[in-house]
Amino acid sequence: MSRSRGRRLGAFVFLTPGLTYLVVLLLVPLALVLSYTVFQRGRFGGVVYEFTAENFERLVDPLYLDVVIGSLKIAAVTTVIALLAGYPTAYLIAQLPRKWKTIALVAIVLPFWTNFIIRVYAWIILLSGPGLVNSGLKVFGIEPLELLYNEGAIVAGLVYSYLPLMVLPLFAAIEKLDPQLREASANLGASGLTTFRKVTLPLTVPGVLTGSLFVFVPSFGNFVIPELLGGSKSLMVGNLIRQQFLSARDWPFGSTLALALIAVLLVLLVAQAWVARRA
Amino acid sequence: MSRSRFTRRLPAAVAVAGLALAVAACGGESSSSSDGTTVAAADQLKPDADLSKQSLQITVWDGYTPKELPQRVKEKLKVQDMKVALHATNEEAMNKLTAQGDSGVDVAFVSGQYAQALNAQGLLEPIHPELIPNLANLYPEATQLSYDKGNKYSVPYTWGTTGICYRTDLVKSKPTSWNDLLKPPAWAEKKVTMMTTERWLALPALKSLGYSVNTDKDEEITKARELLMAQKPHLLTYDDTTFGDKLVSGEAVMVEAWDGWCPTTDPKGNIAFAVPKEGSDLWVDTMVIMKSSKNKEAAHALINYILDPAIHSWAAENINYKVPNKAAMEKVKIAKGSLLDIPPARLLDGESIIDLGAASTKYTRLSADVQAK
Amino acid sequence: MRRSKLLYVPFWATYVFLYAPIAVLVVMSFNAGESAYTYEGFSLKWYGELAGDDRIMNGVVNTLIVAVGSTVIATVLGTLLAVGLARYTRSKLLDAVSLMPAVLPDLVLAIGLLVFYGMIQLTLGLYSVILAHGVFAMAFVAAVVRTRLSGADTSLEEASRDLGAGPVATFMRITLPQLAPGIVAGALLAFTLSLDEFVIAFFTIGNAEPTLPIVIYSMIRFGVTPKINALAAILLLVSFTAVIAGQRLTKIGESRAQD
Repeated sequence: MSRSRGRRLGAFVFLTPGLTYLVVLLLVPLALVLSYTVFQRGRFGGVVYEFTAENFERLVDPLYLDVVIGSLKIAAVTTVIALLAGYPTAYLIAQLPRKWKTIALVAIVLPFWTNFIIRVYAWIILLSGPGLVNSGLKVFGIEPLELLYNEGAIVAGLVYSYLPLMVLPLFAAIEKLDPQLREASANLGASGLTTFRKVTLPLTVPGVLTGSLFVFVPSFGNFVIPELLGGSKSLMVGNLIRQQFLSARDWPFGSTLALALIAVLLVLLVAQAWVARRA
Repeated sequence: MSRSRFTRRLPAAVAVAGLALAVAACGGESSSSSDGTTVAAADQLKPDADLSKQSLQITVWDGYTPKELPQRVKEKLKVQDMKVALHATNEEAMNKLTAQGDSGVDVAFVSGQYAQALNAQGLLEPIHPELIPNLANLYPEATQLSYDKGNKYSVPYTWGTTGICYRTDLVKSKPTSWNDLLKPPAWAEKKVTMMTTERWLALPALKSLGYSVNTDKDEEITKARELLMAQKPHLLTYDDTTFGDKLVSGEAVMVEAWDGWCPTTDPKGNIAFAVPKEGSDLWVDTMVIMKSSKNKEAAHALINYILDPAIHSWAAENINYKVPNKAAMEKVKIAKGSLLDIPPARLLDGESIIDLGAASTKYTRLSADVQAK
Repeated sequence: MRRSKLLYVPFWATYVFLYAPIAVLVVMSFNAGESAYTYEGFSLKWYGELAGDDRIMNGVVNTLIVAVGSTVIATVLGTLLAVGLARYTRSKLLDAVSLMPAVLPDLVLAIGLLVFYGMIQLTLGLYSVILAHGVFAMAFVAAVVRTRLSGADTSLEEASRDLGAGPVATFMRITLPQLAPGIVAGALLAFTLSLDEFVIAFFTIGNAEPTLPIVIYSMIRFGVTPKINALAAILLLVSFTAVIAGQRLTKIGESRAQD
């Protein structure tokens, strides 16, 4: 009796503060965004609380569909590049002696601690017309290339910003592997590649999925990098949402776009969980 | 009992709380959709209010007012304090001013059409002309601006037009038409920029087609869209803030620019500004007083102080902006290459951009469309 | 163990990719010229300009205020939440809610809070950013502390309760000391994330003096200057020092634990 009351009291004491905070500052705001999707924009901004399906009709506009698909593509390319660079890196780090392992890992995370905006800025300096890459090319008599203000620059910026988020989960997954498994595989005559394909890779799928998700999600919803490195010449979902909230002052439609963003990510999360269970 | 009733009911409680708030939102005021011509009821203000009990908070573009303004205002008007917040763009200012209850801002600097939108949402205090005797310093033209005829809720701070800013040494022929920018010649390939802010993005196309910058006709906007789409592959980038730097560095040779942002006084003297023959706009950056301000007398006093020719001429002398203040402009010595000598009458040939209310979403879609493709 | 030499190509490429832009930033911060692009000799003048820039210096102070404030909120609430979730409920839903801010795109949280603050007509300021950062920071603290909890020995807690101690006493005397390393790690994570956060702060700061990321963002939009490079170099130095200090501290901690 008193044990059960004590537990109830404990649950109350421990859970209430945090959950109240999350309800007020996370769930209620999200519920508001959700509810705004069925309201109208006021003539000069603001929200008119009259029901409409107009926002969803606007959402299926091929323009917005194209932007969503374009963002998916950019985020996917970013994720694949990060994976191709991150996997071998994580693989080698996992096999370094302990002291070097720590140093190599810290070195992966360190640039992450300067400042997100500054990391983007570094790429402007590198890639712009009078920038350093072009100055370097000039020495060899090569005409300046158009490196900044295109999707390639956006992908470079995204990979640069989120690569550590790929390497860390991969490292964790690879490090957990029992080296004896690989030795057994080698002893049984499998080549290095076969061992990797048949043993290492399948066992590290969860790490691959986590890392990919960590890179994909912030890339997909990004608006800063497309703006600063893409020169506003390509639009991603994040830019659209920002535009609706800040320049069009169309909160209802901006909310609808945000809902679409969440929906796409949910589909991906479910797909990821499905793959992870089968793996 | 391993799980308490409390935790089992919690998800339900969460859902209920969210729903209750959403319902409360539905029941909330549904104003904010007035037609834009009305002006909110004026507060009773006392001309002899004790300003030492009031303090001022303004929000303004970086570098747009003298650095020592707060100090001088404190000395001159005897207000308790004056704080300056900065915004980078109109958008940011609008976000500050509309997305919260009392923003704490007394006086905000925004462009004309944004002042109009703020007023339409009932967020502005009408200007009390009796508290701003220096309004008499304004050019008569500056009281006939189409977003706010008679300066009912805004006072113009600077004005100018939009045109083509270019490198005299890097162009093969001087630009005279918006088409020079919209269909750039081979020597300007990938060396032109356009603005991103939606109405100014559309302006060159609309003007080159002979349409109003305030058109809400779908077929006209569609034609403008086609022009902008065709232009996009030849652009360096869309840029609202650093086009001047790009000209100076030579990355760009021709850019769409506001006159005040075109670095014509650059020491190398190789940058010039042209208003295309198809015409352009008249933009005005204004000062407005927020309805939520608790320091309205001080706010009026501040605007009056800024309209003092000795103060207002600062913008013309230091940041090369034309000010709509006749007395101030007469004091200004015009530097070589400066664009200050465009007379008000010619400025008024330009069409003011006004907020189009519901139709303004068409321009948002246009700019999204052009940027996305 | 055999490993292909070929693997070293992407390995080193990754590090070059990560550090080349930073190296460039640091070198250019010592530029004597006006341009961020062309090096014209050594000078420390941009560091001087940086120190004299009130906007940046205030940005640093504001960022620290926000980071400390949100870390305190997140650490207290996140720790309680983690214990509550691990010991008093098995609700999957509550688990999901507590983790949600960590996986939600920052932009969605940002607009949600913008809409919410707008609806309750709150006057925005640094504290609204602190509250906002508290949301995602709490999720990370809770996640880190829970990992620690799952490895913790519950027999001590049970013993404490069997001896008649209430949940609060048990928590204070038994659970909390056990969790301390997890709480510290969570708090550090929360602090770092808040320092760097831009999107949510950008949307919820209102008219207040901005945090450092917002200041840098506005500066970049108005052109590049070596002043930002100087700032980057200093931030790098600070995090480098912090990392080394952190390493030393853990080593000392570990050797003490072994004694």
